[in-house]
Amino acid sequence: MFRLQSFWADRGCVLQQPYDVEVGAGTMAPETFLRVLGPKPYRVGYAQPSRRPADGRYGENPNRLFKHTQFQLILKPPPVNVQELYLESLEALGIDLKKHDIKFEEDNWEWPAGGAWGVGWQVMFDGQEITQFTYFQQCGGLDLDPICAELTYGLERITQVLQDLDSIYDIVWARDPETGAPVTYGEVRFAEELQFSVYNFETADVAKLWEHFNLYEAEAKALLTQANSLLESESASGSEKRRFPLLATYELALKCSNLFNILDARGAISVTERVGVIGRIRALAVGVAKAYALQQAA
Amino acid sequence: MPDFLLEIGLEEVPARMIAGAEAELGRRVQVLLARERLLEPKAKVTTYSTPRRLAVLVEGVLTAQADTEEQMTGPSWKVAFNDGAPTAAAEAFAKKAGVAVSALEKVATAKGEYVGASIKRHGCSASELLVAELPKEVLAIYWAKNMYWRAGKPERFVRPLRWLVALLDSAVVPLEITGIAAGNASRGHRVLHGDAPVVIASAKDYSEALRKAFVVVDTAERRQIIRKALDKATRTVAGVRWREDEPLVETVLHLTEWPTVILGDFEPEYLKLPEEVLVTVMRDHQKYFAVEDSEGKLAPHFLAVLNTAVNEEGEAIIRHGNARVLRARFKDAQFFWDFDQKTPLTERVESLKNVTFQKELGSYYWKTEENRRVVKNLVNAMPGVNWQPPDWNVLDTATKLAKADLTAELVKEFTELQGIIGGLYAKAQGLGDKVRDAIYDQYKPASTDDKIPKTVEGQLLGLADRVQTVTAMFGINMAPTGSKDPFALRRAANGIIKILAESDVPLSLASVLNAAAMKDANRQQLDDFFRERLHFYLKDVRGFRYDVVNAVLAEDANDVRSAIKRAEDTTGKLGSPDFLAVSAAFKRIKNILRQADEKGYAHGNWANIKADEAKNLRSAIQSLANEVAKLREQRKYSEALALIATLRPTVDTFFDKVMVLDPDESVRGANLALIAGVLSNFSGIADFSEIVTS
Repeated sequence: MFRLQSFWADRGCVLQQPYDVEVGAGTMAPETFLRVLGPKPYRVGYAQPSRRPADGRYGENPNRLFKHTQFQLILKPPPVNVQELYLESLEALGIDLKKHDIKFEEDNWEWPAGGAWGVGWQVMFDGQEITQFTYFQQCGGLDLDPICAELTYGLERITQVLQDLDSIYDIVWARDPETGAPVTYGEVRFAEELQFSVYNFETADVAKLWEHFNLYEAEAKALLTQANSLLESESASGSEKRRFPLLATYELALKCSNLFNILDARGAISVTERVGVIGRIRALAVGVAKAYALQQAA
Repeated sequence: MPDFLLEIGLEEVPARMIAGAEAELGRRVQVLLARERLLEPKAKVTTYSTPRRLAVLVEGVLTAQADTEEQMTGPSWKVAFNDGAPTAAAEAFAKKAGVAVSALEKVATAKGEYVGASIKRHGCSASELLVAELPKEVLAIYWAKNMYWRAGKPERFVRPLRWLVALLDSAVVPLEITGIAAGNASRGHRVLHGDAPVVIASAKDYSEALRKAFVVVDTAERRQIIRKALDKATRTVAGVRWREDEPLVETVLHLTEWPTVILGDFEPEYLKLPEEVLVTVMRDHQKYFAVEDSEGKLAPHFLAVLNTAVNEEGEAIIRHGNARVLRARFKDAQFFWDFDQKTPLTERVESLKNVTFQKELGSYYWKTEENRRVVKNLVNAMPGVNWQPPDWNVLDTATKLAKADLTAELVKEFTELQGIIGGLYAKAQGLGDKVRDAIYDQYKPASTDDKIPKTVEGQLLGLADRVQTVTAMFGINMAPTGSKDPFALRRAANGIIKILAESDVPLSLASVLNAAAMKDANRQQLDDFFRERLHFYLKDVRGFRYDVVNAVLAEDANDVRSAIKRAEDTTGKLGSPDFLAVSAAFKRIKNILRQADEKGYAHGNWANIKADEAKNLRSAIQSLANEVAKLREQRKYSEALALIATLRPTVDTFFDKVMVLDPDESVRGANLALIAGVLSNFSGIADFSEIVTS
C-alpha cells in the first residue's frame, strides 16, 4: 500500500486520504466523481474503504467482505503509456512479472445511479482479478472531455496473492518486531464483518432507514434547487456561485446511496421499487454533477 | 512488385471482437487497393491479429497507378472555332479539360465534327494514395463498443491506438491515424520482450520479426499451438482428455500473443458439486478447459492457457495461483449450495411474489400461475389418441417450481444456470428424475443449434413458458421492432417452433397460441409474428429455398411438422421438369384468374366446356383428385406431388390450344371454373405458383 502510494506520488499524483463518508466504491468519492468532470487535468490516488452491505457474509466466507479497501487512481487525461505504468506499479509491489501470467480482459464498467460508464479491462493475474481498469466516458450523465483512466486495485485480493493465502482473514497485517507474532486481517476486521452483516441483514430498522433516506434526499433536493437557480442566474457573481455548498450536497446524495444499499441488503426493497429508488439517487448524483460543472465554469 | 504491410497497434482489444475486425481490415485494404488500381491480379492478402494488433500484408501491390489517357468531346467545331479563331466555347472547354486551347483536336463523329481533347492523367503513387485513403478505412472498422481517448474527442475506436507500422517493402508509408505517425517499429510481447521497439526491416519479414519478439501473429498458427499444448499438458495425467470446447479455444486464442498451457489440479471432494456448476466456473469465469475421463466424467484437473512462457519455478507459481482462485470459487459454490438446501424449492415459490417478472405484468409468482394455466390448456388441447400423454403430476409440479430457484444464492452467483440449478435442487430434494428433467430443460433450446427438452413434460413446460411470455409482452405493446428485441421474444418464438418441429407433441401453432390467449394480446399480430418465425426457421435454420418456403406457408403455416415435410418433398421435386412445368402452369392459372376477376368475368359450370383439350384436362383432374387427396391426408406428399406432375402434358396442351378467356361468356365461364378446379383440387401441399421455375 505504501509502495503503491509512493510509486504514484512519484508520478505526480496527489495522494489523498480516504473519503470519510460511506461509499460503495472509490469511484463515488468526490475526488473521482466530481474531479473527472470538466477540462482541468488531475491526478489523484487514495485508498477507499468501500461498503457493500449485500456482500457481507458474517465473516464466514474466506473471499467475500462487506467492507473491502480499494486503491483508487485517477489519471486525467490518461498518459499514453498508462498500461505500462500500471505494470510498473505491480513491479513496485515486488511482483516479478516474468513469473506470472497477466492478461487484460474486456470488462466494461457502469454505475447507473451515477450516470457513469466506461470501457476497460479486468486485469487477470494468474487467474485472479486484481485490478479494474476503466477509461471513463461519462460521469454524472455528462460526456467527459478529456476522459480519464481509473485504476482500482483490490488491496485485499492483491495482498492475498502476494502472501499466497486461501482466506482473506489470514492476511498478515503487521508483525511484532521482536517476537514476529502476526496480527492478521481476521483479528482486526472479523468482528466488524460479523456485526455489520447482522445489522445489515437482520437488525437495521427499515422504517428508520427510510426516514433517514427521505431526510437526506429532501435536503439534497432543496439545495439542488437553490444551486440551479443561483448557477444559472446571470446576475449572481462568480464568487457567490463558487461558495455554494455543492460538495455538501453531494455528501447528502452519498448518504442516500449507502442507505439504499442497507435497505437492499435488508431485503426491504422489492425489485419493482428498486428502479424507482435508483432513479431518485441518480437524480441527486446527476443533478450535483451538472451543477458542479456549471460551478467550475463560473 | 512491392509488398504492403499495415499493422495497427492497440491496447488490448476485447477478444470477442478481434476475428471480425481482422477480416474487415483485410477486406477494406483489398477493396481500396483494387479500386485505386494498385492491386496486382495475383496479389495475396494475408491478415493477422493478436490482442494488441491487427495487421494485413498484401503481396503484390503496384508502385503507382498506371498513367491514363482519356478522350473528351466538347462542343461542335463550328461553335468552338470561328474561322480558325477559338471562341469563348473553345476556351471554356479547354479549361474544363485542363489542356491548352492549342491542344484541342478536331474529332469526326457521326453527327459531324466536334472539338476533342485528350487528357493524360499521371497515376498516383501507392504511397500517396494510401496516405490519403487508408486512415478513413481503418477508422471505419466496425466495433461493437467504441471509446474516445484523445482530448477534444476527434475519433472513436475500440481502444486507444498506440503505434502504426506501414511499409511498402522497407519504405515507410507516412500515414497518420489518430495522431500516430506510421513507422517501421512494432512492439513485442509486453513481458517476454519488453518495451524495446521491434523493427520490421521489410513488409514480408513481419511475422518472423515478431516471432523473435514472442508474438505469434498468425491466428491459425496460435490455434494450432494451443491445441497441441492442451494435448501435451493433458498427457501428463493418465486416462484423461481435455473437453473439446471450440468457442473457448477461440476466446483464449484472442487473449494471447504467446500461448502456453499449464495443467492444474483441484481437490476431488469438489467433484461432489454438480458438473454444470464446476464447468461454468472453469469455463465461463476462469476460461479454463475441463478435463474428463474416458467416460466423459469430470476429472479433478483444469487447463489454463497462459499468455507467457515461464520456467519451471514460474510455472509452479502460476499453477498454484490459478488453483487457489479456482478453489476459492468452488468453495463459494459449495457454500451457496449448502445454504440453499436449507430452504427447499417448494418453500421458495411464495417468495417469488417479491421477484419482478415485468413491471406492468407482475411478479414471477404471477408468471408461475400463468404458466400453470397455459400448461393445463395445452394438455387439454391435445388429442388423446396415438400419443403418450404427459404425467400431469410431474408437469404441474415442475411448472410450479420452475422459477423457484430465482431466489437461490447459487443462481444469484451463476445466473446463467437458472433452471438448471432448479432441476438439480428438485432432484436433491427428492422430487424425482422426471420433475428434475422438466425444470432442468425448460430453457432448451437456448439457440437454434441447441437440443429440445428430452421429456414431454419438459417440452410442454418449455412451450407454455415461452408462449405465455410472448403473448403477455405483446399484450403490453412490447413486441419486437426492427433490431430491438429486449425481451428476446424472437428467440422464444424460435424455441416454440423448434420444439413443435422436433418433438412428437401433437399441437399446432394455433393451439399453442390459444392456450396462452390473453384479452389484451392482438391475435393477428401474434399470428403474423409466428408465421415470420416459421419462415425464418424453414429458410435459415432448415435451409429450404425461399420460394419453397413461401409456397408451403401459403397453404398452411400452422402445423409445423407438416410444413417441414411439405417443404422437404417439394424440394425433392425441384429437379423434375414436369413438376416445374406444372408449377409454371399454376402461376399462369393464377394470373388468368386474377385478370378475369379484375374484368368481372364470372366462373361458370365446367360441364359446359367445349374443347377436347379442356375435356381432357377435366378428366385428368377427376381421375387424380381423390388419389392426391388421400396421399395428402397420409402426408405422402412426395407421391402426391409426383401424381400432380403427371398433369403436365394435359395442362400444356390445354394452354396451347384453348383460349381461356373466350369471347363466348358460357365457354369462358366453364374454362375459368376448370382452371380454378385445378387449383382447388391440388392445393394443400404448396402453392406451386410461388415456385421460381426459370
